[in-house]
Amino acid sequence: MNSPGKSLCLFWNSSIGKKIVVAVTGLLLVGFLLGHMAGNLLLFAGRDALNDYAEFLHHMLHGAGIWVARIGLLVALILHVMSTISLTLHNRAARKEKYEHEATVQASKSSRIMAISGLIILAFVIFHILHFTVRIDPELANMPDPNEPGRHDVYGMVLKGFEGPFVPAFYFIAITLLCSHLSHGIASIFQTLGLRSRKTEGSIKALSWLVTALLWVGFLIIPMSAYFKLVSDKGHASTGLIQQGTVADSTGYSPGLNRVQSAIQQGTVAE
Amino acid sequence: MNLTLKVWRQAHADDRGSISTYEAKDIPEEASFLEMLDIVNEQILEGDSGEEPIHFDHDCREGICGMCSLNINGVPHSKEQGITTCQVHMRKFRDGDTIWIEPFRAKAFPVVKDLITDRTAFDRIIAAGGFIDVRTGSAVDANSLPIPKEEADSSFDAAACIGCGACVAACKNASAMLFVGAKAAHLNLLPQGEPEKDRRVLSMVRQMDAEGFGNCTNQYECEAVCPKEISADVIAKLNRDYAKAAVKEAVAT
Repeated sequence: MNSPGKSLCLFWNSSIGKKIVVAVTGLLLVGFLLGHMAGNLLLFAGRDALNDYAEFLHHMLHGAGIWVARIGLLVALILHVMSTISLTLHNRAARKEKYEHEATVQASKSSRIMAISGLIILAFVIFHILHFTVRIDPELANMPDPNEPGRHDVYGMVLKGFEGPFVPAFYFIAITLLCSHLSHGIASIFQTLGLRSRKTEGSIKALSWLVTALLWVGFLIIPMSAYFKLVSDKGHASTGLIQQGTVADSTGYSPGLNRVQSAIQQGTVAE
Repeated sequence: MNLTLKVWRQAHADDRGSISTYEAKDIPEEASFLEMLDIVNEQILEGDSGEEPIHFDHDCREGICGMCSLNINGVPHSKEQGITTCQVHMRKFRDGDTIWIEPFRAKAFPVVKDLITDRTAFDRIIAAGGFIDVRTGSAVDANSLPIPKEEADSSFDAAACIGCGACVAACKNASAMLFVGAKAAHLNLLPQGEPEKDRRVLSMVRQMDAEGFGNCTNQYECEAVCPKEISADVIAKLNRDYAKAAVKEAVAT
């Protein structure tokens, strides 16, 4: 029989094998999106909650955690893009001659623009990382937390970053395309991994739409609230947390972390 | 009824081909779609244009052989569900309609002439694994080999595939996953086919890829046009069985 290495090559070179890679990496990316959205929504819990969360992410596993996550996500993204591009090129070659009279019976609009929506999302992801992670804009890069000058003010950066009309507009278009991509993608994960059947078809479709709608609202509420100044830069929402946090400050090693913990215990952040 | 036909004409495999327009006059409503083409062909032969009649595939004309093909107004076997081209009747069209008639399109289904395509790629996929090695003899006595009712039904549903290739023609990627899924599920679900399941799935999928069919993008156009209404469940099953067989091949045996 084949050696494991040869089997892996055969798997990657087969249509189904490459699709399984797309499905598994897609699942990881959807999981990341849900976590990323939940974390971002801490914006509405105030400056301290969001900045504490950012600090927590940067100090996970003594600072190694974030790099494990970043590298993992980058590998997943590269595999997802590489295999879909390869599959798309193969698909185009398999149907070189078009019909003079084209018709579609039941394929959704979203499913027919997966390649283009995917490429626009990729461009958006690169922009988003340069914007908020690498922070090529020096104005966004040098923002110390007014309450704790030693750390970066993610809260202020987000509000500042969404000031102009172009950035929120681009986010709106990109997130909407992302959700179009996911409305077909999430359900497809189940089919490609062989978990869809006539019995589960309905619930998979419902779950797919639910997650997509949740991500659309959860992600867009942030740039929209920032642009329309529904969230103030003073962080009034967090005043209660700061008072609880100051108590923890005197005892804890990491004041930020303690504050998140105490807030979670009291159920304030979660809401 | 009088119709305008837009028909793909291609003299031979290497010809570029193009759409020709025909006026189909005095077509009876009760004629089948293929009978309508027969009438048009007679009109072509009676005329003095010296043109060859329109070539198209057909055989049983009762929806069970899988020989007839044709993309009718962009949909394989027409937009009517669960039937083959030979079962389409002209009463489904209206007087004055324009009908587009094209061959099934796929790199793996090259056009031989006009509307006739070479679908032997399907035969080679079957030859790669769509069989049982041992002689199974004639039908055994009922109940001597117990098979759960649900599995027998699922296998029978998959076995309804007539191999016409409409799934490939409807798929924008010209993927043969519904066909291969049906042929693999048909045997894999039964105790006679189960022992060779892994080898069958691996061989058939590899042959499918080698023939130049595309990859499934889960749009289920195949399911919508299948004259035997085979469910895309067989594709999910093929994906599952392939993943399991590939892992087994890599780490065991």
